[in-house]
Parts: sequence; structure tokens; C-alpha cells
Amino acid sequence: MMTLDKVKAGCTCRVTKVNGDGEFRYRLLDMGLIPKTLVKVIRFAPMGDPMEVRLRGYELTLRKSDATMIEVEE
Amino acid sequence: MIFALIGNPNCGKTALFNQLTGANQHVGNFPGVTVDGKSGAIKGVKDCTVVDLPGIYSLRPYSGEEIVTRDFLLKSKPDGIINIVDGTNPERNLYLTLQLLEMGIPTVVALNMMDEVAASGGSIDVKKMSESLGVPVVPISAVKNEGVRDLVNVLLDTAKKKILPSVTDFCEEGPVHRCIHALGYLLEDHAKRAGISSRFAATKVIEGDAEIVDLIAPDENELEAAEHNIVEMESEYGMDRHAALADMRYTFIEKVCSATVIRCRESKEHRRSQAIDKVLTNRYAAIPIFVGAMFLIFYLTFEVVGYYLSLLIEMGIDKLCLLTEAGLNTLQTNPIMISLITDGIFQGVGSVLSFIPYIVVLFFFLSVLEDTGYMARVAFVMDKLLRKIGLSGKSIVPMLIGFGCSVPAVMSTRTLSGDRDRKMTILLIPFMSCSAKIPIYALFTAAFFPQYKALVMMALYFGGMAIGILFALLLKYTLFRGKPNPFVMELPNYRFPSPKSVLLLMWSKAKDFLTKAFTVIFIASIIIWFLQSFDIRFNHVDDAGSSMLAAIGGIIAPIFRPCGFGTWQASTALIAGFTAKEAVVSTLGVLTSDLSMIFGPASAFGFLTFTLLYTPCVAAVTTIKKELKSLPATLLIILVQCLIAWVFATIVYQIAAACGG
Repeated sequence: MMTLDKVKAGCTCRVTKVNGDGEFRYRLLDMGLIPKTLVKVIRFAPMGDPMEVRLRGYELTLRKSDATMIEVEE
Repeated sequence: MIFALIGNPNCGKTALFNQLTGANQHVGNFPGVTVDGKSGAIKGVKDCTVVDLPGIYSLRPYSGEEIVTRDFLLKSKPDGIINIVDGTNPERNLYLTLQLLEMGIPTVVALNMMDEVAASGGSIDVKKMSESLGVPVVPISAVKNEGVRDLVNVLLDTAKKKILPSVTDFCEEGPVHRCIHALGYLLEDHAKRAGISSRFAATKVIEGDAEIVDLIAPDENELEAAEHNIVEMESEYGMDRHAALADMRYTFIEKVCSATVIRCRESKEHRRSQAIDKVLTNRYAAIPIFVGAMFLIFYLTFEVVGYYLSLLIEMGIDKLCLLTEAGLNTLQTNPIMISLITDGIFQGVGSVLSFIPYIVVLFFFLSVLEDTGYMARVAFVMDKLLRKIGLSGKSIVPMLIGFGCSVPAVMSTRTLSGDRDRKMTILLIPFMSCSAKIPIYALFTAAFFPQYKALVMMALYFGGMAIGILFALLLKYTLFRGKPNPFVMELPNYRFPSPKSVLLLMWSKAKDFLTKAFTVIFIASIIIWFLQSFDIRFNHVDDAGSSMLAAIGGIIAPIFRPCGFGTWQASTALIAGFTAKEAVVSTLGVLTSDLSMIFGPASAFGFLTFTLLYTPCVAAVTTIKKELKSLPATLLIILVQCLIAWVFATIVYQIAAACGG
């Protein structure tokens, strides 16, 4: 199973499922990370974490540990 | 009439607020700079108030800001909503719009940054968008003040005629649609009684919003029926309720956008942002650039701009003081009166006034960092480091603001999502040396270490941070064990800060400082002068050493003997500093004309260390209490800060003295 944190910088993927629970998950959904959404990984921060992604016309940053909650497909 | 101004962070909301009201307000570019709903009268319209609410992404109540906004809409029942939407990024912005429309309040959508959209060759069919959303849509550019008049006219018209959003159905035929309508029907009577729309009630019950459920108070059978409906929808739709609702909204928005928005190419601003980010968040360059930027800011503030401006003001005040003294002498005024004016007021207020340039310049740089959007990148770059001490990257913003003033810094912690992060950040802010302490540092470095001014300043600032980090680690492994809060943050496009908003901010800081100088510091100066000019029997004394003040200061002075400054003057100055940190300088100014009489280089180091770390001023303490909602915790903070200050001041003094200082 592929998760968002494993996607390489510059690659685009499609969200299949958003795991996790509570406030954190609602935040992801509200920011537009829902199944079928296309997400492009822009870069990782200088120390390797967090990561910057582009979706729905804007840039979002989230930690790799949180990105493991997002299942994606190429 | 009352209007609510609502929108995502970074969509130009505060800029629009400034255009509408002309109020002195700050435009931020970091998610959530507006932390308190500010209000102002709309220019040129009678009896119309607009309330600037925090920037939010959704009405789901999970952070302080969303709750503030939702409560305002539910409880204050505004006559209308101005929903500002970033025209360069309508998709995510409209997500909030759909939730607002559900509330059944007259709403106008202000489509902002239309100048940027046009400049990059895009366009938005405003008429069509207005039809699909069922509310008026007005294109504007808040920064350029275009379309704002039209917006006000449309808003007044909509509110006066109480035109409610005409489209209330955002779902295509299907399980979600059926579920919302079934619940709306089921809860209609309850919703009506509670004064909210039935669709809003239905979606909130699906989201499991406990407060709304309490408000509409359905009976057990109804709740059970609702739950049954929702579970059925979940299994039919193949997503859980939360994902299903988000999916329903975004699907509707995608449809609206594909029919109305033409994106010719990537916007100029966005391409520029990407290019800047390649450098500023570069793997190797990011951290050196951040440290360099900080260094440059401090250098410019303390060595270049602030220093010379401050020197000028100081000379002016000295001249004025001499002139006044000469004038009063020729008028043969009572010497005690002359002493009050020159030794008390001029020394006290004057010594503080000359530091205005430092503070204004420092705030200038901080606001530029914030308005350009660089602060958000700093949060991105520094998150991993901050997580090591139990915080998140977002905490960097309140901490950097803390270098300006602890009060707005503590208030801005409201933008942090978790309670744990918030509390820890608040506890760390006092370690970020605030700008009111600059006068103290400047005074002592000028007197004792003139050739190492910048070095001593840096040592103090970094020393404060280092001790703060140790303190954070201690907290992380004791009081605040547990998982750090998630870090999900938008990286807004870089924007050129509006000179108007930066100038307004600098002016408001200068004004705050002047007000403080002529109120708190003024009164404190007079009290200190009085206490040091008279003894306990109210006889005028020539030698301050036999005054009331010496007696009071003498009582606590022994406590500070290990730190090297066990004199009554130093103790008094520190007590006065609790009212405002500048008062340390004004008090010393009143008490002595020559610092070297009370301090040596080693004890000066000890004193600086103590002032760096000891209790925040009254204003900051009050704000901390308000945010922590706990008096014992606040008192504990004061105590702990003083204790830490004492310990480190002692260490520093003893080492410095041993090294022959």
C-alpha cells in the first residue's frame, strides 16, 4: 500500500483514502485532501521533514508521519 | 446593521477590512494573524459596523478561531456576511463559502485579487458563479481598492431586503443528498425553534457537532433515526460521514469552477513564489538564510538605523531638559518643583523615549517577515527542530513576535491547533527577549561594554533562547509528555507587503509606546522621584540613600547580593520593571546619574541576565492569564521566571567576577 509520505518530490499521485481520526483528519478533509484528489509533492524541508504538496491550486505542508495516514496511487 | 467579514487566511481579508473602515489594522500573510474579532464602522455609510473575524478554512469547530467565528454567526446574528474569496484560488476558498451559505444569513461573496487573475490571463464568469452559488458575487481588488464601493452597495441592498442565499442544495442526487434532506426534514421543527436553518442543523448533526445537537435538542428517537440514516448513507456511498460531506462540497465546487473559472496559465505571483521557495527553502541554503536574516535584522536595528535615530532623540531631549531647567530657574521656581520636572519626569520619561526608534525598527522588520509570507516558510523549515523540543513549526511565529512584544505574541498562540502546543509556546515566550528590554541592554552596554554592543546584545538574545530551549526540554519530559499536535499548514504565495499596512503598524507601535511613556512610565517616574526625594517622615532629603525608596529597596536588596547587584537602587529598578520593562531604565535614570557607582562590569552582566529572564511585565502577565485561563498557573510562571533569572544571574555574575570582571 502506497502512502503520501513515500511519494518522491516532483511526482503526482491520487488520494484513495484518508485514515486517522478526530480533528487532524477533519483538517485534512477540509483542506481538500479527499479521495480522488490529485496531489503533487513539491519538496521536503531541509531536514527531510515536513513535506510540501500542491493540491487544488495551493501549497500545503504536513509532516511525513501525518502523511502516512493518506493512502495514494500513482 | 452589523456585518461579519469572513474568509480563509491569506485571502486579503484584513486589507478589505482596512478599505471598508479605514481603521489602523495589520494585514498578515501568515495563516491566522487576526486573532481577535476587530470591528469598525463602514466608511461613508451610516450605522454600519463590520466585524473582522479570524481567517478560517472551515466552520467545523475544532480550533479556537473556528469556534469564535461560528459562535459569532450563531449568537450575534449579523445582518449580513461578507465572504471574501481569493479569486486566484477559488476552489479551496469556496469550501468555507458553502458552509456559510447553509446558515441562511444574507451573504455577499467578495471575489478578491481579481487584478492578479486578470494579469495572468485568467477570468471568472462572475454572473454565472453568482447564479450557481445563489448569492451576489462582486469582483474586487482589496489592495487596489477596486470594486469595494460596489461591494458595499450590493451588501447594503442584500441585507436591507434580507435576501437569503437562493441555492441551498449543493449535492447531486445520491445517498448524501438523500441523507441531508431526510435529516433536514426530521429536524426542521427543532431547527426552527433554535433559530437556525434546517440544512445547517442536518449537516451539523451528521458531523456530530455536539454543541449544535444540544442547541436543537432532538429527542432520542429522532437521534436514533438520524444515526440510522447516516450509517445507511455511509455504506451506500462507500465513505464515512466526514469524508462524504467534504466530498459532496468539493464535487459541487469543482462543477462551479469548471463552468465559471478560466485559468489561462499559472499566475505570475505563484510562479514567482515557486522560484523564491527554491532558494529560501533549499535543502542547504534555508537555515543559513534564516539565521542570516535574523542577524541582519538585529544588526540593522541595534547598530545602524535604530542607533543613530535614538542618538538624535536623546540629544533633543537633553537640550529640552536644559532649556526647561534654565527657564524654571529664571522664573525662580521652587527647587523641589524643578527637581520633580528635571530629575523625575525628564530623566524618567526622557530616558525611555529615546528608545522608540529601536522598537519601531524591530517591528518594521517583523511585520515585513510576516506580511511577505516568509514566516510560514520559517515554520516549514524549522518544524523538525522545534519538534525535538516538543513544539511545532507554527510556534515559531509567536516566538518571533515575542521579540517585539510578549502581549501580541501570547495572543497569536491562538492560531496553534492543539492545547499542548499553545500552552508550551506561551510558557516559552517570556524567554524571547521583548523589545521593551532593549533600553536596558542599550543603557548597560553603552556604559560598560561600548565596543562589544552587538556582541552582548546577541549573547543576551541567544542566551534567552538557549535557556528557553532547556526549559522546553524539561517541560517536554515532565508536564507536557505526549504526542505533538499535527502540523498541517498552508504555504501562501509570497506577496510584496503593502507599505500602507507596514507604516500603519509601525505608527501603532510607536503610539502604544508613547502612550506608555506618558502614562505608566510618567506616573512611575513621579512615584520613584517622590519616594527617593523624601524620607519616611516626608522630609526632603538631599542624599537619596536616606530616602523611603532606599529603605524599601534595602529590604529585598540582600536577595540579589549573590547576583552582584545587592543595592537598593537595582532592586527598586527591578520592582518598577514589573509595571513595564522600560521603567527599569527610567528608574535608574532617576536614581543615579552614573551607573558605574552601582554596577561594575561583572554585576552589569548579572543584572542584564536577570532582566532578560525575570517575570514578564504586568501587561504580558495579564494576557497570559487570559489565555491560560488560570491564576495559579500564571502566578507559578512569575515565580518560576524569577527563580530561573536569579539562578542564571548568579551563575553569570560569579563566573564573570571570577574571570576578573
